[in-house]
Amino acid sequence: MNGAPPTVVVRDLVKRFGDFVAVDNISLEASPGEIFGFLGPNGAGKSTTIRMLCGLLRPTSGQAMVAGLDVAHEPERVRQNIGYMSQKFSLYNDLKVIENLRFFAGMYSVATAELKERIGWAIDMAGLTGREQLLTGTLPAGWKQRLALGCAVLHRPPIVFLDEPTSGVDPISRRLFWELIHRMAVDGVTVFVTTHYMDEAEYCNRLVLIDRGRIVASGSPLELKEKSMAGDLLLVECDQVGKALEELQQAPGVTDAAIFGNALHLVVGSAERAIPEVKEFLAARGIAVTRIERIRPTLEDVFVSLTSLNRDEGDKGDTPAQSGKAAPAGDGGKEKGQ
Amino acid sequence: MLGRLRQMLIKEFLHVIRDKRARALLFGPPIIQTLVFGYAATLEIKHVPVAIVDYDNSQASRDLVSRFQASRYFEVRRIADRREVADLIDRSEATMALQINSGFSRQLHKGETAHLQVIVDASNSNTALVGLGYVNQVAQGFARDVRMAALQRQAPALAASLPEIVVERRPWYNPDLTSQWFFVPGVIGNLVLVIVVTLTAFAVVREREIGTLEQIMVTPIRRTEFILGKTIPFFLIGLLDTALISLAGTLWFRVPLTGSFLVLAAGTVCFILCMLGVGLFISTVSATQQQAMVTSFFFIMPAVIFSGFGSPISSMPLLLQRLTYLNPLRYQEVVLRSVYLKGVGFEVLWPQMAAMALIAIVMLTVSVLRFRKSLE
Repeated sequence: MNGAPPTVVVRDLVKRFGDFVAVDNISLEASPGEIFGFLGPNGAGKSTTIRMLCGLLRPTSGQAMVAGLDVAHEPERVRQNIGYMSQKFSLYNDLKVIENLRFFAGMYSVATAELKERIGWAIDMAGLTGREQLLTGTLPAGWKQRLALGCAVLHRPPIVFLDEPTSGVDPISRRLFWELIHRMAVDGVTVFVTTHYMDEAEYCNRLVLIDRGRIVASGSPLELKEKSMAGDLLLVECDQVGKALEELQQAPGVTDAAIFGNALHLVVGSAERAIPEVKEFLAARGIAVTRIERIRPTLEDVFVSLTSLNRDEGDKGDTPAQSGKAAPAGDGGKEKGQ
Repeated sequence: MLGRLRQMLIKEFLHVIRDKRARALLFGPPIIQTLVFGYAATLEIKHVPVAIVDYDNSQASRDLVSRFQASRYFEVRRIADRREVADLIDRSEATMALQINSGFSRQLHKGETAHLQVIVDASNSNTALVGLGYVNQVAQGFARDVRMAALQRQAPALAASLPEIVVERRPWYNPDLTSQWFFVPGVIGNLVLVIVVTLTAFAVVREREIGTLEQIMVTPIRRTEFILGKTIPFFLIGLLDTALISLAGTLWFRVPLTGSFLVLAAGTVCFILCMLGVGLFISTVSATQQQAMVTSFFFIMPAVIFSGFGSPISSMPLLLQRLTYLNPLRYQEVVLRSVYLKGVGFEVLWPQMAAMALIAIVMLTVSVLRFRKSLE
């Protein structure tokens, strides 16, 4: 986050499976204490990238340096410096909690002097005190997930890779889990995390949006929300939402229209000009607007707009990532217009 | 690092102890197979049920029938009517039926050829063949005695000088021809094959299936440590199984271990190494435990059939006989039976050991290479 040298440096990383390009020229850097989020639709190349960084997959070309070591040349030394946890929480269900911990401590050669303290820490962190002798398979998903994280960081790695760590876990467990991630980041650990959950993305210091193997946008959540949309975002509440959507997609000055809940989100060039125009446009077609205001885009808006725009780039012209200047001056986007 | 290997071994043993299927595999087949081959399976054919119809009812025919009754190979049942035969054989109440026609005794006395009709249920060709052999023995013995008696009456001098051959049976290594002595040592090889191959294949495939393989591969563990961790436990289990069944064979079934324990152990080590190679290989071609099971089955069946465990290799078609040279169990069966019954040592068994060692080296090399590649 600050002046410290980056712990992960990726340059022009490419992974091809036959003709399919899973990861297409990705470059990025991550620093100690940073929570680095990977967002993108399924099959965008998030997991493939992480698997390359862990040395599980060999890159087709490009370079990945993790903890100052080249992943392609020294995968075994890289592994001593990383923790990895995937969506499957890969623990041994037929082993007891304590046996799983001892096994992974052994795999990472945790020093005997430290062993007791580290295992104690992991048990405490996972909230499993007094349950050390339970078979892991009998634990609920949330506990298993925290235990898996504990197993993955027993050796205090400076870098942790989490591949959709919270899928299939209840909301309270998710929150607890993110608290753990935060604590690790505060201690200076670089955390790489992929997720589908937009609220989780908000917790990241830095986000990278990946679509079809390419980085389509990157920055802090705030930067992404402010710069990545081509124009302003309007919320429209009205009757006949379906008809309104159809009409508005044809309307002049409206770049994009989509249903969000029981309202519409419109992307327009400028909010001040568009609000009266849209009202008038809908009134002329017999649709009554109950509410129209400028809103700050959520990450979900950004995500949908960037990945979908990218998908039919043929008819919509330039991608918003390149024209991030469209946001108005001032503290635009933070307050509602009316 | 020895620490990592130690943890791998602890974990593997815990899996085997906790996994119901592995536990069943560890104890089920040895107990069942040892009992089956120790008690039930036998190549001997005894107490063949025979129905006899005697239409002659003479001194001679009764003498012949009583010879069958006296033999321990037959269970004789006398019937009055030949029309009963078909029914008895259909119901498997008789395996053979003998018919002595009227005039049997007269023909013998006139020095003509007398006929004894034998009907045999050949749906089990082996029993039929052996049964016919027994009948032939009894009938020929009877015929010889009749001839000798006639000769003695008419030309005693000639009878006394008639040359004769008496077969003196000296069965080496198994004087009482006990089937158990043949089967119990042999079954050790079968069991080690089944247990080592399936446990090894499962141990790897299970981790791939549940995703822990990936989790291990992101730790600093070396590929060699992982492979050793996945094979050493099953190597030890294979040795332990061999020791246990040998012990049961010697103490319970009284099969003598004539040869050296060391020679037996040497052969077993070579054999288990082959099986570890096969197990690892199966794990590289199977994505799920179910696939591993089916693949193991396809290996185990032919390996046992073409090993000489049950039916002799020398009676197989020539092409198959040659193929058996690729089968490690073929050599191990020879080692087991030779050490147990013949008591021979390395001076005789070195070709078998060398063959197994060679197969082990080839299989393990191929499997380890394939296995390393599958981890990429």
